[in-house]
Amino acid sequence: MPALKVDDLAKTFPLKKPLFGPAPPGVRAVRPMSFEVATGETLGVVGESGCGKSTLARMLVGLLEPSEGRIEIEGSALDTADPAEFGKLIQYVFQDPQSSLNPRKTIRQVMEAPLKQLHGMQRPQRDRRISEIFASVNLREEFLNRYPHEFSGGQAQRIGIARALAADPRIIILDEPVSALDVSVQAQVLNLLADLKLRFGLTYLFITHDLAVVEAVSDRIIVLYFGAVVEIGRAESIFANPRHPYTKLLADSAPVVGKPLKAPEQKGLELPDPLNPPPGCAFAGRCPRATEICRTNVPDLNEMGEDQLAACHHPLES
Amino acid sequence: MVSYILKRLLSAIPVLLGITIIVFLIMSLIPGDPATAILGSYATPENVEKLNRDLGLDKPMVQRYFIWLGNMLTGDFGRSFSLNRPVIDEVLERFNATLILAGTAFTLCSLLGILAGVVSAARQYGFADKAITFVVLIGISVPSFFLGMMMILLFAVNLRWLPVSGMFAIYGGGDLPDLIRHLTMPALALAAVATGVIARLSRSAMLEVLRQDFIRTARAKGVPERRVIMGHALRAAMVSIIPILGIQAGFVLSGAVYIEIVFQWPGVGRMLVDAILKRDLLLVQGGVVIVAACYVLFNIAVDVAQSLLDPRIKT
Amino acid sequence: MSAFFKLLFRNRLAAMGAVVLSAILLLVLITPILPLNDPDVTATADRFKRPFSEGHLLGTDHLGRDLLSRLLHGTRLSLAIGIAAALIAATIGSAIGIIAGYFGGRTDNIIMRGVDMLMAFPYILLALAIVAALGPGLMNALIAVAAVNVPFFARNIRGITVGLAGREFIDAARLAGMGHSRIILTELLPNVLPVIVIAMSTTVGWMILETAGLSFLGLGSQPPQADLGSMLGEARSAMISHPHTSIVPGIMIFLIVMSINLLGDGVRDALDPRLRSGALSRPRATTLVERVGDTPAATDDLLAIQDLETQFHVGQRVYRAVGGVSLAVKPGECLGVIGESGSGKSVTALSVMGLVASPPGVITGGAVRFQGEDLIGAPYESLRRKRGDRVAYIFQDPLSTLHPLYRIGQQLAEAIKSHHKVSNAEARERAIQLLNDVRIPNAEARVDNYPHEMSGGMRQRIGIAMALANAPDVIIADEPTTALDVTVQAQILTLLDDLRRDRGLAIIFITHDFGVVAQLCDRVAVMYAGRIVEEGPTQVVLDAPAHPYTKRLIACVPELGGGRRELDAIPGLPPVVDDLPAGCAFAPRCDKAQDTCRAGTIALAGPSSRAVRCLYPEEAI
Repeated sequence: MPALKVDDLAKTFPLKKPLFGPAPPGVRAVRPMSFEVATGETLGVVGESGCGKSTLARMLVGLLEPSEGRIEIEGSALDTADPAEFGKLIQYVFQDPQSSLNPRKTIRQVMEAPLKQLHGMQRPQRDRRISEIFASVNLREEFLNRYPHEFSGGQAQRIGIARALAADPRIIILDEPVSALDVSVQAQVLNLLADLKLRFGLTYLFITHDLAVVEAVSDRIIVLYFGAVVEIGRAESIFANPRHPYTKLLADSAPVVGKPLKAPEQKGLELPDPLNPPPGCAFAGRCPRATEICRTNVPDLNEMGEDQLAACHHPLES
Repeated sequence: MVSYILKRLLSAIPVLLGITIIVFLIMSLIPGDPATAILGSYATPENVEKLNRDLGLDKPMVQRYFIWLGNMLTGDFGRSFSLNRPVIDEVLERFNATLILAGTAFTLCSLLGILAGVVSAARQYGFADKAITFVVLIGISVPSFFLGMMMILLFAVNLRWLPVSGMFAIYGGGDLPDLIRHLTMPALALAAVATGVIARLSRSAMLEVLRQDFIRTARAKGVPERRVIMGHALRAAMVSIIPILGIQAGFVLSGAVYIEIVFQWPGVGRMLVDAILKRDLLLVQGGVVIVAACYVLFNIAVDVAQSLLDPRIKT
Repeated sequence: MSAFFKLLFRNRLAAMGAVVLSAILLLVLITPILPLNDPDVTATADRFKRPFSEGHLLGTDHLGRDLLSRLLHGTRLSLAIGIAAALIAATIGSAIGIIAGYFGGRTDNIIMRGVDMLMAFPYILLALAIVAALGPGLMNALIAVAAVNVPFFARNIRGITVGLAGREFIDAARLAGMGHSRIILTELLPNVLPVIVIAMSTTVGWMILETAGLSFLGLGSQPPQADLGSMLGEARSAMISHPHTSIVPGIMIFLIVMSINLLGDGVRDALDPRLRSGALSRPRATTLVERVGDTPAATDDLLAIQDLETQFHVGQRVYRAVGGVSLAVKPGECLGVIGESGSGKSVTALSVMGLVASPPGVITGGAVRFQGEDLIGAPYESLRRKRGDRVAYIFQDPLSTLHPLYRIGQQLAEAIKSHHKVSNAEARERAIQLLNDVRIPNAEARVDNYPHEMSGGMRQRIGIAMALANAPDVIIADEPTTALDVTVQAQILTLLDDLRRDRGLAIIFITHDFGVVAQLCDRVAVMYAGRIVEEGPTQVVLDAPAHPYTKRLIACVPELGGGRRELDAIPGLPPVVDDLPAGCAFAPRCDKAQDTCRAGTIALAGPSSRAVRCLYPEEAI
């Protein structure tokens, strides 16, 4: 039984109805997508701005109601819009650690909220639990009486992780957890996350735009483009042997020491207009391999080799 | 652009309806028997009966509202019993005088306020900034009616430079120089507070803009500092100053009530206060609706000006 | 709280306001026990007595009533009514604003429509209508003033709430299982409260004025009871013959409102965190220069930064953002400057043309020489002539660095016209040419676009085109691709590389990404805590880093193709530059550090093109 199973999950944001005429079709931030995350796995989700990765994350933790589809956690469907129901099973670590902490609450108040609200713990029990969690994320307990602005980005992100752990969830959604941190601090947080996963038997969904980071932490990776899954594959092979031209473009674009600078092969420069999406493959406009069929038919996600799926009419050879 | 103006005008219709509803609701707050309350306990029974008929008070409230609204749409705002003439005639005549006063004051406070704000921001913590900040602080703390009275004492009574009150001299007046002589003091007194407010907010808008990255970009490409301030910074600051002008126009219009009383200016504000004291509620109702409607139209003009300045506003 | 009062009273004007206001408050509080005449007892024989007359310190009014007594009682009434109106308006308005802002959607829409309707009235019309309906009287005036100010609070607080409700800590609270009312009370309210206090303290004065105004019109307090407004109103008819009856209450209103305004401004400044750090000060046209010590001698480099020291002076603190940096570029060379945030790399770049925001930035030492001429301390006009003409900048965020209200063609033309006399048509022609140079498709049409109509990558191309406008000798690029997506970054880097090869441009490229440096730069300098810790040819530094910081920084960044692995994290945090340790700034985080590392300044040493600031380098150089 997978820890997390998503079936045809989609989100359309309705547009404001104009004064005259019918309401326009909404913006499809996430097109129907299905995937599973096995218990103990880290699934990486990678994509550029506007690919729908944050919308996906917010649906998974119940902060945003899906337009269609269903979310299953350990076999039981979650279809209520009550974040508290989600909270005990699935938690969220935010991109901006400072902004995710209430500036007028002490760290102890921040930490106590999930223990009180989700688990109904009494004072002595809570104190014990907070000590345990703080020890596991390498934070000193004297921090508990301080306010968020007294912490650096890396420390604040540890507090954010500690808060997620306090809910004792099965799954943690990590939404760009290290993007706001300095490079020398990123590694500390990434290592901590790996350590916690082993220790507590957690399952991660790791969302990022950084290819190198996602490759370093994930078991499998999903590549998103314009709200849809374009490729799924194993972390160690997906960027080395991409089947979808967009995955290849991403891999070629990442600056790597020792790789000469050269603009990757692509035609167009711009993302499609979300208000006026193209009828076929969203990547067709930038794709060097696109043909007529790509501009008319949306490609399905198909099995391509071992543990690899890609949505492309003309996939690259492996 | 034309379609944007049309759109804004269309969107004003619900606002105008809302205004009539609010005025109607407030007027129905009158405790006890409305007709007697309006006319006072010395009213003759004929007057009470006539008023009841005028207001259609025997009918249910919703119906009364629509009758009133329908009448207004045909230009019938009822008859003022204290002046014994149609409300619309009186209001329009008085509103004309108010517009001259408030329009002059508004022009003055916009120009002076923005100028003071820009100078103040460009010379932050310098002498000019401190002097302007001090004057502005006094300006926004003096009640306009007190300021008006002090101006009369100084410039009209003691120095005899300007006439004490009124819009035109009783004998031999009526021309433009005469109007200007009568207008100077009330317009200045009325503009004082708004000038202060606009200057303060313009100053902080300019300071806010001057910290933006695009100002650094302008400097980095070697744009002369004068143009950075008066071009790049002021233009961007106008985006937040223009809505302030719209709000301050309302305050100038409001302040005109006091100034009209102090300077015996024959405007709509004085008319309203007199009407309230005489319980001439039809006149109050009509005056409030007409002035508020004009203010709504003015604010549409402000929005259009804003959209001309800022291309990011969808037109 | 005590910090708040300390901040408040450091503001001398606010302290003055507080003193005046407290004096008035004290006076009106003890008014009932003062030996005053009854304020309402008339004595027509004593009418219009002048101030300082026997038994009447401030004289008497037209009915012979004691002015001092009436003034104090009137002040009492005015203050009470004004403050009550402010409290009522703030409570109701804020509640409406918080509910609208937090729930959003339809609730927000309906509430705000209503608020907009109320704000569509010039406020006095609404107040007059209410008084007309309820009848003149002090309580009715209070209701009217409170009612017309409710929309003001509602709109103001809603705006703040919308901003807060979108913040992630609200999401976090929902995930922690909190319900709506708990979130509003424990998460939102503590953050909105300062804004409510600010809004109240800046409007109390206004509301006192408004109630006084209504009384002045005869619509507020009714005789014989008098507040300040009605005293002024009654005195108006005798203004010319007996001005003191008007002046006395008028000055009292002025004193009250002014002291409240001063105090209110102080409260706002003390509570608003943006103002707290002095952030709302205007950056000057060039960075302040307060150089001590000698100016280094000229070299024959195209652009040379010599022992540059730039500091930020915030209050009593001194942040040594740049602590003696020397760098130089030759024509056609690309120099990378790499470091984490706070390492001083951007401040170094901005110091070159005096673009560090001042206050708080101050250049305190060293020189920047362009073709031998010292730019630091050069007169403004000579610096301006070189800005964008000889040395041009490309900045990080292409949205905020372009002016939102000018067409991009205008912005490009302006860059040219600031330095060369060309006609408008010519400048436009050049602008289109520049857009072609940076490979923007359909340049003739794009030249009339506004920045918001373009994508991030396109905007950064505009930024580059603007830097190229006058064919400069040096371009300083401050993290130009950090805000861009990786596929767009590759395009921009390629473009920069091509341009520099075609035109022989010298580029100083600021970044935190080793991959980018490796692809673009000939030489690289690594910065840590405001100093260069290592420099050399890019390939050499990356292959054999000599400084432990460089080596460990490279090791802790995952690289594509590296596979899944444990990363070699650097423990600890970069130091804050207002309290640097003696000796090597990296020593507290370095596993090779010895006592000697912490003893004293360590020199940047090495053969001509290669240097390291370390006593125990990883590699011999």
